Amino acid sequence: MAVKEEQQFKELMAKGTSLGQVDEDIMRQNIRTQDLWVNMGPQHPSTHGVLRLILALQGERIVDTEIVIGYLHRGTEKLAEARTYHQIIPLTDRLDYLASPAMNFGYVLAVEKLAGIEVPERAEYIRVLMAELARISSHLLWLATHALDIGAMTVFLYCFREREMVLDLFEMATGGRLTTSYYRIGGVAHDLPEGFLDKVKEFCEIFPKRVQDYDDLLYSNRIWLSRTVNVAKISAEKGLALGLSGPSIRGSGVNWDLRRANPYSVYDKLDFEVAVFDGCDVYARYLVRRKEMLESCKIVKQCVEYLEKTEGPVMAKVPKVFKPPAGEVYFATEAPKGELGYYIVSDGSNKPYRLKIRTPSFANLIALPEMVKGQMVADVIAAIGSIDVVLGEVDR
Amino acid sequence: MVMWIAVTVVKLLIYFAILMLFVAYGTLAERKVAGHIQDRLGPYHCGPHGVLQPLADGLKLFFKEDIVASEADKFLYFLAPALAVVPPLLVLGIIPIGESITIAGKTIPLPIANINVAVLYFLGVTSLSVYAIMLGGWSGNSKYPLLGGLRSAAQFISYELVLGLSIIGVVMLVGSFNLVDIVKYQKDMWLFIKQPVAFVAYMVAAIAELNRAPFDLPEAESELVGGYHTEYSSMKFALFFLGEYANMVVSSAIATALFLGGWYAPCSFLSFIPGPVWFLLKTFALFFFMLWIRWTYPRLRYDQLMGMCWKYLIPITLFNILGTGLVVILKAGGV
Repeated sequence: MAVKEEQQFKELMAKGTSLGQVDEDIMRQNIRTQDLWVNMGPQHPSTHGVLRLILALQGERIVDTEIVIGYLHRGTEKLAEARTYHQIIPLTDRLDYLASPAMNFGYVLAVEKLAGIEVPERAEYIRVLMAELARISSHLLWLATHALDIGAMTVFLYCFREREMVLDLFEMATGGRLTTSYYRIGGVAHDLPEGFLDKVKEFCEIFPKRVQDYDDLLYSNRIWLSRTVNVAKISAEKGLALGLSGPSIRGSGVNWDLRRANPYSVYDKLDFEVAVFDGCDVYARYLVRRKEMLESCKIVKQCVEYLEKTEGPVMAKVPKVFKPPAGEVYFATEAPKGELGYYIVSDGSNKPYRLKIRTPSFANLIALPEMVKGQMVADVIAAIGSIDVVLGEVDR
Repeated sequence: MVMWIAVTVVKLLIYFAILMLFVAYGTLAERKVAGHIQDRLGPYHCGPHGVLQPLADGLKLFFKEDIVASEADKFLYFLAPALAVVPPLLVLGIIPIGESITIAGKTIPLPIANINVAVLYFLGVTSLSVYAIMLGGWSGNSKYPLLGGLRSAAQFISYELVLGLSIIGVVMLVGSFNLVDIVKYQKDMWLFIKQPVAFVAYMVAAIAELNRAPFDLPEAESELVGGYHTEYSSMKFALFFLGEYANMVVSSAIATALFLGGWYAPCSFLSFIPGPVWFLLKTFALFFFMLWIRWTYPRLRYDQLMGMCWKYLIPITLFNILGTGLVVILKAGGV
């Protein structure tokens, strides 16, 4: 019995009311509804890994959301302190395991900036090519699971079909499908294998047509629209205040893409559009990622054009025992999920003194309670999908 | 009298066998259709093209451990899956699969029970299946099933209305609640041509009543894990699905009788094929339609589903009744 009721109970008893009467009076005064606390995850079909949410519900409306993370914590940052700079690359693979080239990319760029290494242009083009393929693969998996969560099961398998093609490309070039570890400090592990570029071209031919397939099922589907338009809205100001980045903030009309805002590698030589939509809702974020897939495909084509014409080294001269000068560096890249930043403190030894990773999913996830407040249970699922978190990155 | 009882029992057995076969292969059809829609093969390893898959599934479910939730209300918890199977079996009795056949000089009517209030009986009996889902959801004493049970209660009550209202148009035209009469009325022209709105409304309501995607909210696996059957395992779980598929079959069968001309062939030159075959074919076509819908559309949200029912479907079906009424009166030389 709540404190308030206990007090009322004592007051009424003191007045000499009979016990039955007291009960009835208290009932009358205190008919109220109670929030239903539901635990969603870490084992739940649509929390994408081991995200756990505690939801307070009034009927089906969300009153409060608490995010519980840490189920996939592997201590990446601490592990990095005991490894040489080269050995950290495989660790970065396992942050966003859906787009490992993009994770490698941010890390090697940060180290290269710290040590002032000039990377051959061909290597940069190969890196961009792989990173953009990773973006396509990551967005495909996002669209697949997002659609599955909202109930469109067929889109799931269609997207996986194309993702399989990208993974096959990864396998061909690097030997790995998920954890590729292809990038090296100063370049890439080795040049692309023979016939790889033709396969990429083939993929670029097919892919836009397949996007049309997904559009047929979703783009203007009445049910899809009613499930995503005006759902889980977040304004640009709030989003920026919470540190949203990547497609999640571009869906709120903020033109912020590090590939354009702070061009790194060879992005300033490539022609592509930044996808920005100002719906602030789940649908806008869907449109952003949908367009990004097509834009990435364009970038990939340009890279292939360059790589076919030119030859050259893919690795700068980097000593085997690599010791960057003492100092610190922060370098941010545009990973598929948003701004991925590596902050490295070096004490001049062959291991970093401290490695701090600013992962986009972690920052984006914090916006979730803000998005879903007052929405329905079903919208939570749509909202989780729309910010595209991957728990390997959240927990690190 | 003895003869009549014997014939009825034989008919019951045959129809029950047909239904169960339909259900078993319905689950296979679902997976095959889903597979091909999704650019894959579906079950392939149990028998040629997976034809033995339903048997394997049944065996597997039979041998699974039967887990009872410790906090469950045991009586209701056991009752719910049983209730899930009963309504479709009760409807089986009125399905007019054909008019009659003649065996050894005796004419035997094909429907098990040719009752005059068949349509009312159908509506009444099918509305019982909500108890299975509600009790299943509430008795497990678990939160996700509870939410599923809550959703289904609202959903069933709303769509029951649409279902009833959509059939009224047909009943007004035919002037009878008897399914055999309704089918006979369609000898020359099927009723879905005269009552297209009612047909669409009926199909939408039927899919919603069956908890099929895009209206599968009570069991929406991406939101409520398993919805009302989260706490069930083994054969109890299987019974829910048996009920769902049996319900799909009988709903399709009733729709065939109401709108697709029952046992009549689509064109007269095809009428050498016996009526029951046509009836089953049409039923399967509608069944396939339900599968097709499921694997194509995303899921609606709970409030949108209710909005669709009360804001659109009920007014539309009411207007349909009004229009049909006017036509009936004018044809009769009315007012």
